[in-house]
Amino acid sequence: MQGQQSSTRDIVYIALFAGLTAALSLFPPITIPAIGVPISAQSLGPMLAGSILGARRGGLALLLFVGLVAVGLPLLSGGRGGLGVFFGPSGGYIIGWVVAAYVIGLLHEWGWRRLNVVSSFIYCVIGAIIVLYAIGITWTSFVVDLSLLKTAMASSLFVIGDVIKAGVAAAIAVSVKRSYPIIQKTAVA
Amino acid sequence: MTRPRDPFASTLIHRLPAGLKLGVLAVAGTGVLYLDDWRLIALAMVVTLALYRFAGLSMRQAYLQLKPMQWILALLFVAQGFMLSWGMAAAIVLRVAALVLLAMLVTLTTRTDALIAAVERALGPLRRFGVNPAKVGLAFSLALRFIPVIGAQAQEIRDAQRARGLGANPIALALPLVLRTLRMASDVADAIEARSPYDDDELPPRFVEKAKSTQSRTTCKDNKAPLETSST
Amino acid sequence: MTTIEVRDVHQQFETFEALKGIDLTLNEKRIGIVGSNGSGKSTFARLLNGLLVPTRGEVLVDGLDTAKNGKAVRRKVGFVFQNPDNQIVFPIVEEDVAFGLKGLKLPAAQRDALVEEVLDRYGLGAFRYHPSHALSGGQKQLLALAGVLVTRPDCIVFDEPTTLLDLRNARKVSRVISELEETVIIVTHDLKLLENFERVIVFDQGKVIADDEPSRALSHYVERMQ
Ligand SMILES: Nc1ncnc2c1ncn2[C@@H]1O[C@H](COP(=O)(O)OP(=O)(O)OP(=O)(O)O)[C@@H](O)[C@H]1O
Ligand SMILES: [Mg+2]
Repeated sequence: MQGQQSSTRDIVYIALFAGLTAALSLFPPITIPAIGVPISAQSLGPMLAGSILGARRGGLALLLFVGLVAVGLPLLSGGRGGLGVFFGPSGGYIIGWVVAAYVIGLLHEWGWRRLNVVSSFIYCVIGAIIVLYAIGITWTSFVVDLSLLKTAMASSLFVIGDVIKAGVAAAIAVSVKRSYPIIQKTAVA
Repeated sequence: MTRPRDPFASTLIHRLPAGLKLGVLAVAGTGVLYLDDWRLIALAMVVTLALYRFAGLSMRQAYLQLKPMQWILALLFVAQGFMLSWGMAAAIVLRVAALVLLAMLVTLTTRTDALIAAVERALGPLRRFGVNPAKVGLAFSLALRFIPVIGAQAQEIRDAQRARGLGANPIALALPLVLRTLRMASDVADAIEARSPYDDDELPPRFVEKAKSTQSRTTCKDNKAPLETSST
Repeated sequence: MTTIEVRDVHQQFETFEALKGIDLTLNEKRIGIVGSNGSGKSTFARLLNGLLVPTRGEVLVDGLDTAKNGKAVRRKVGFVFQNPDNQIVFPIVEEDVAFGLKGLKLPAAQRDALVEEVLDRYGLGAFRYHPSHALSGGQKQLLALAGVLVTRPDCIVFDEPTTLLDLRNARKVSRVISELEETVIIVTHDLKLLENFERVIVFDQGKVIADDEPSRALSHYVERMQ
């Protein structure tokens, strides 16, 4: 059961990846020419936290980030923050980041030994697109009284951006695995 | 821990305990979410705006809370208007706005540290499931401390990569930031370890003695303890 | 007065041996450690308060083995890192200083008095409730030092405390260090810092190549580097 306790080092990783997710909002948004929707680099946060720290620490890092937003810090891209964002139409995506990071972490732990850019990319797509959109779309359709199907169609605009981000996260995760293999050291016990 | 300058003591709403406000928000927010009748939604909005007034906040401040999502709300209004009816579209948009405003009222009238303390207290009962509120508090503090540090590094990297013509390459931006963050994490963990010489519940007699001598030193000013002289 | 005994210490990082058999007894009040980049100075410094445990040999602080008595050793030996930004762990100045006292069940009033005293001593009293991020580089290094001193160690190890500071702040911090009552062991590339020291140890490729009073040790070091 000690595995359930976070060491000081774990807490530092959790806190700093919450900070990293916040800092990502400072990078210029990725703009996809075809649809012209600017896409914030911030949702790299859950992908990086999960793929580098693993399920538990990655999920807690995003939970902490969400907690910081909830207590009012303007950490979301565009300087948004406060309890209001959770009640807005995209509130589900923000809560969903916690689950996405956890799922991505689980998959990376599972496939850690033979991790490569392709497998890491697939894990990120499963967590940060399939799982995350399921949560986000459900919430949006609930808040705005729109059918699930129509909400899903509207949300699909953002999928391309997230596919690109999954590629970026996978490249980073695999490169970090070589220099700082954190998951292997502790999570596989 | 009292801090100088306290704008958070001005109105009754400001002074209400953070935990209470969060509780009321949870209940009221859920209630509003289920409202379908436009008259009730309008009432909720009016009550919310009255609370803003009551908290000494202007209508402009209320508007500023909605500004970041104005486009989503506009889009939603148009879409719903075409699909359902304009009346229902207005009601739905109004409901989202009321919810967001209500939640932001708590944020605007409550200090961040009071909210964090409330979160810590709320986690108390979860101790049985292995949640340690003290560790949660440490995590919050560390994040608050290092957000500006990591933010400054992000800016630095962004400027450096722009100078090299890599300003739009997301890997060139994010990879160095991740690596720096990881290196920082190991330094910070070392520092925490080096700086925590006392286990919980420990009171070494050596320390108490020294602490007492500190107090006596501050009271008799003519004492020429070397520690004192270094303050000049 | 703390005595640190380092006995036949080897430090292995995977395949790389960073320290190759160090034998030293440290009991002077002012000890400097110099050497080129990668010579093992920081590794050695981190052994002195148990942040790192030697892969072979032992380090004893007043007879306490750092491998077995980590907390007790850290009460005697404080550590100030090169980059204060990574050592300051709380968002508000006073919270950060109080962090070292956590675990001691001190009454709040006594804790506050200790915090206030150490902040005043380093001219940080006015910044007590400020965000630590907003301090200048020199102030941050002083805050890092204050956070260590509040736990009242007998000996403080510094790893390049002035490297990241501008000239003025470096001078200020070195003056504060030179006025400390505590035993000081300092790793530095700033040879001026070592002027009034009792002993200087020169590292090279994981070994001690000189251990003497400052002028002789430093001239040996400077010769070697040419
Ligand atoms: N955790 C580690 N893992 C692997 N190698 C390490 C580790 N820490 C230090 N080393 C290696 O040990 C050697 C000595 O490092 P150390 O940091 O002690 O040098 P230093 O004398 O402090 O150098 P500098 O003046 O640059 O600070 C270096 O070659 C370094 O790469
Ligand atoms: Mg070094």
